[in-house]
Amino acid sequence: MSAIRLAISMIAALLLLAAAAPSMAQTDPLQALVRALPKGGYGDREKVILELAATGDARVAKVLDALGRGDLYAVKDSAAVVTATGRGSTMDTADPLSGETLGKMDKGALDRIRVNNRLRRAIDSAVGQLTLMGGSPAMRLAAARSMLKTADPDSIEVLDKAIAAESDTAARIAMEEARAAAVLKSAAPLADKVAAVDTLVARGDREALALLTGARGDASAELLPAIGAGIATIEDRLAFWSAMQNVWYGLSLGSVLLLAAIGLAITFGVMGVINMAHGEIVMLGAYTTFAVQEVIRNSFPGLFDYSLAIALPLAFLVTGAAGIAIERGIIRWLYGRPLETLLATWGLSLILQQAVRTIFGPNNREVGNPSWMSGAFELWGLSITWNRLWIVVFALIVFAVLLAVLNRTPLGLQMRAVTQNRRMASSMGIRTPWVDALTFGLGSGIAGIAGVALSQIDNVSPNLGQSYIIDSFMVVVFGGVGNLWGTLVGALTLGVANKFLEPYAGAVLGKILILVFIILFIQRRPRGLFALKGRAVDA
Amino acid sequence: MITQTLFRALDRKAIFVVLALLVVAVAVPASNLYLPAGHPLRVPNHFVPLFGKYLTYAMLALALDLVWGYCGILSLGHGAFFALGGYAMGMYLMRQIGDRGVYANPILPDFMVFLNWKELPWFWHGFDMFWFAALMVVLVPGLLAFVFGWFAFRSRVTGVYLSIISQAMTYALLLAFFRNDMGFGGNNGLTDFKDILGAPLQSGTTRAALFAASAIALALAFLVCSAIVRSKLGKVLVAVRDAESRTRFLGYRVDHYKLFAFTASAVMAGIAGALYVPQVGIINPGEFAPANSIEIVIWTAVGGRGTLIGPIIGAVLVNAGKSWFTGIFPEFWLFALGGLFVAVTIFLPKGIVGAFTGGWSALKARRASARAEEGTGLSGDLEPSPAE
Repeated sequence: MSAIRLAISMIAALLLLAAAAPSMAQTDPLQALVRALPKGGYGDREKVILELAATGDARVAKVLDALGRGDLYAVKDSAAVVTATGRGSTMDTADPLSGETLGKMDKGALDRIRVNNRLRRAIDSAVGQLTLMGGSPAMRLAAARSMLKTADPDSIEVLDKAIAAESDTAARIAMEEARAAAVLKSAAPLADKVAAVDTLVARGDREALALLTGARGDASAELLPAIGAGIATIEDRLAFWSAMQNVWYGLSLGSVLLLAAIGLAITFGVMGVINMAHGEIVMLGAYTTFAVQEVIRNSFPGLFDYSLAIALPLAFLVTGAAGIAIERGIIRWLYGRPLETLLATWGLSLILQQAVRTIFGPNNREVGNPSWMSGAFELWGLSITWNRLWIVVFALIVFAVLLAVLNRTPLGLQMRAVTQNRRMASSMGIRTPWVDALTFGLGSGIAGIAGVALSQIDNVSPNLGQSYIIDSFMVVVFGGVGNLWGTLVGALTLGVANKFLEPYAGAVLGKILILVFIILFIQRRPRGLFALKGRAVDA
Repeated sequence: MITQTLFRALDRKAIFVVLALLVVAVAVPASNLYLPAGHPLRVPNHFVPLFGKYLTYAMLALALDLVWGYCGILSLGHGAFFALGGYAMGMYLMRQIGDRGVYANPILPDFMVFLNWKELPWFWHGFDMFWFAALMVVLVPGLLAFVFGWFAFRSRVTGVYLSIISQAMTYALLLAFFRNDMGFGGNNGLTDFKDILGAPLQSGTTRAALFAASAIALALAFLVCSAIVRSKLGKVLVAVRDAESRTRFLGYRVDHYKLFAFTASAVMAGIAGALYVPQVGIINPGEFAPANSIEIVIWTAVGGRGTLIGPIIGAVLVNAGKSWFTGIFPEFWLFALGGLFVAVTIFLPKGIVGAFTGGWSALKARRASARAEEGTGLSGDLEPSPAE
């Protein structure tokens, strides 16, 4: 019995609470202000809007937004104010503050709360102020950025308030810049405007430049020098950053060249073998990546992000084995005859190209970027794509590993011994033919993993190798044969020089200039930047 | 005594080759023009410019052989000289079109009208006169080779380095000629020619005349080359090839000899290019492609470098093979060409002529004295210089 009574009393209590809720809402000061909106003329309404904005309550933004859109209605036979949306004779209504739906209402029972342009401006500024004061830092930042674009003089006050209250540094800076942009357009005194110019100069990007250039048109004579100086400063800074961007592009191109040339540096430098099929070995590496990705796509789609990690060792093995086969099959018959080696390996490159064309078809093959290699990020105004960044890192890692192999391993020791004095090395018991084969295999393997990297930024087609072979030779010849550091310096120098010439001379002419430069450079230093000295030269 | 015999033998051979070329120069056009259409000995119409093209290629290979086979300079940029000569001739032919072009502009070639150019660029002036164009055919490749060689040989750029920078040179020219604003027709090159020296290019007589001109030019080039090779200068060239340092220490200005051979060879290549263009009817930047220049090397290698007859045989054989192959199995031409490169360098380092002379002298031991001397002389010449 008591249980039933308890239940009844609880239900009664709930009912009471439910009945009390509207009366509590009645006492909410915000509710009272909202209900005051339909009363009186436009002037009264503006006052109410300002009062609403002054509360700083986040819910107000929604109400004002609805008011600005004309979705706010007064219910004719009560004091209630609702938002109503929809077409036709009945509309969906909702409470403007809480947003809870109040069901359908007949259109005739509703009365739109009218606004004029003056009110709309007041609403916009109030909403801007509310967003600037409330919300998350990210929202405030976004609001400030959008206000920088509009640069409305009326928003200065709002911004002042927001700046005073702002705790997040990035958001405050954005607000100050927005304020500066607004001040420039307003009728503020000269000192304020000069300060505003300084703020914009501190921002220093294209947007600030555009704002200043816009302001120059109707600036007073006293302000002009400040704006002129500001524009000059920004332009200088932009030029600097675009130069930095060029350096970055150059480093990126240089690392690609480094990857393509480093294997060549080994075979050419250590063995004196001109391998014209080097580009095709790079191509084999790229096609290995393609094949790996095809298998993954068809059978293990989940592994796609690891495809490059799988392709790297495979490409190294495939191309390394191809390299050893080439050395054993062709090149060893031609030692001491560099020009013949050049011709035979050129013939080999034709065969490899045609073979790939026959097997994989003449068109570009699509090699996808794993998720961690796609996209870009901004760093101090530089836009850096992930794949380029990874390739720079990768090239440097390959370089470091190769340096370590040559300087720290028995194989490297033997290679250097054979390079410096083949007969002496042979007399000391080094199996020079083995070292030759392994060296060629190593150089080709490096070319193969270069192909894996290049597949990420270039078209994988049978002509892939052709487009790199001349550049790689230029790098090796420029840097000096038999010296990996020369290859590094040569690749990066040529990459950066290329990218710096491009804006002035155009891509093609820039490349021509580089080629002519190298041809002239070879005249001055016939054996490259970092030439081997002493007896090794003629060995 | 031995040298004199060698000279006389070479002499006899040279005369034989020149006579053979002159016979070809007369016989092929005559059979094409005067024999009736169904005659078994008649050379079909489309074969005349095709064979003419082979003859210009042969001249180009001969030019390369002069520097590579006799002076040890493996130029991977000879295609550039060929193409420059071709462009000079092409510019003349362009100007001859006059107002018969698509845009009917009496001065400007079509592609300039298309690019909205208002006047002729300065370097196009004079090309309406044949003598000027002919001068440029000789001068432009010669000058480029002289300047390039001057820098390269003076600073002793040798061996593969020279090969690579000569390849870079032709690659740079390839890129440059692809540009539209260079004023050489960009990608499309120069084409749509109408007539040469007032004779319509499409007519059978003109084609026959061009063929005869190519054969005669080849014969002249052969004479010039054999004169160079037989002279004292030629002996120094061979010495430079076999032991450059030693020749220098003996007091010869090695760079001057090399420069002479390189420039003479470039001029010859330019003339070959000038004869090539009217017969194929087009010249475009593709002629500058490094691959083309390397292909010239293989013609020479197949025929036998260090012999003057070898490159001629090699150029004709390889190109005839190419025409045949690309007609029947276009897929496999690159396999065949690539295989040829590998096989010739490994199994046939002296080329067809070298192998033939070697085999011949072994078989005919009786006529040994002259032939064997020549054979050993040749094989000695053909060893690549170990100093490199």
